Amino acid sequence: MSSSTDWPLWEVFVRSRRGLSHTHAGSLHAPDAEMALRNARDLYTRRSEGVSIWVIPSTAITASSPDEKDSFFEPAGDKPYRHPTFYEIPDGVKHL
Amino acid sequence: MSAALALGDDALVLSHRLGEWAGHAPVLEEEVALANIALDLLGQARVLLSLAGDEDELAYLREERAFRNLQLVEQPNGDFAHTIARQLYFSVYQHLLYGRLAAGDGEFAGLAAKAVKEVAYHRDHAEQWVLRLGDGTEESHRRMQSGLDALWRFTGEMFQPVEGLDSPESGVDRQALESGWLAAVTDVVERATLTLPTGPRSGGWAAGAGRQGLHTEPFGRMIAEMQHLHRSHPGASW
Repeated sequence: MSSSTDWPLWEVFVRSRRGLSHTHAGSLHAPDAEMALRNARDLYTRRSEGVSIWVIPSTAITASSPDEKDSFFEPAGDKPYRHPTFYEIPDGVKHL
Repeated sequence: MSAALALGDDALVLSHRLGEWAGHAPVLEEEVALANIALDLLGQARVLLSLAGDEDELAYLREERAFRNLQLVEQPNGDFAHTIARQLYFSVYQHLLYGRLAAGDGEFAGLAAKAVKEVAYHRDHAEQWVLRLGDGTEESHRRMQSGLDALWRFTGEMFQPVEGLDSPESGVDRQALESGWLAAVTDVVERATLTLPTGPRSGGWAAGAGRQGLHTEPFGRMIAEMQHLHRSHPGASW
């Protein structure tokens, strides 16, 4: 098998039968978007996992950098009042 | 009986040929695609051969002359474009045939209705690749054209009548099948900037072909490989 393919990389998102949103399933190589969809169908839905597929060129994704991890995520760590569990639930509230 | 054998052998033999790509396809994604198509065909073959007798006995213990598949499907894979040319010729034919069988009232209507969805995907896969290889680089164009040319002479056999398949209730009309096939293949080939081959589609030599049990030289080697395990270890199971 040749590893010298210069096909671009695509990220695959699959919506499962009962799911409401597309979730990331993996990535693959394909020459263009149409072929990426077909490859995704073969690679990620052959055991009837999905009812809808999105493919997105990996280069179109802007990701946060590991170097920015501290400034991005740590400030949220010590602010429990941002979680709904911080509040006490009044006795009268049902069905929560 | 003979119709189930003809259709079943087409599916079985092409499935085996496509399976030969495992470990050899140009890219991993395409290897999975070809294996998927091979497995669809194997599923069809099992149903069809079971209608004709014992599926294992038919697949693994028949001699070359007892196989009724088209010579087209037994042709070696060649390069990827060659395999895609074989896929285009066969899957367009199979898609049209199964569409007609599914709409008809014959004994294959049920299984054709299920298989036609699989075959529609096989056809789409082949068409997409013919378009990309034909309208790709100079090298891919050359290889795609050479695949189409090399296999052209095996395409006439698809439109020979098959006993038990061409009854009025089955819905199959060979002439309409052939003109539909020719129109569909011409359309894809032209959109791919390729040229429809011009040679004869069935030779002047009319002693028969795959449907009569006459096969091309590479087929013997193929079934030797396909049957070897079962013949060496009769009744073996996983």
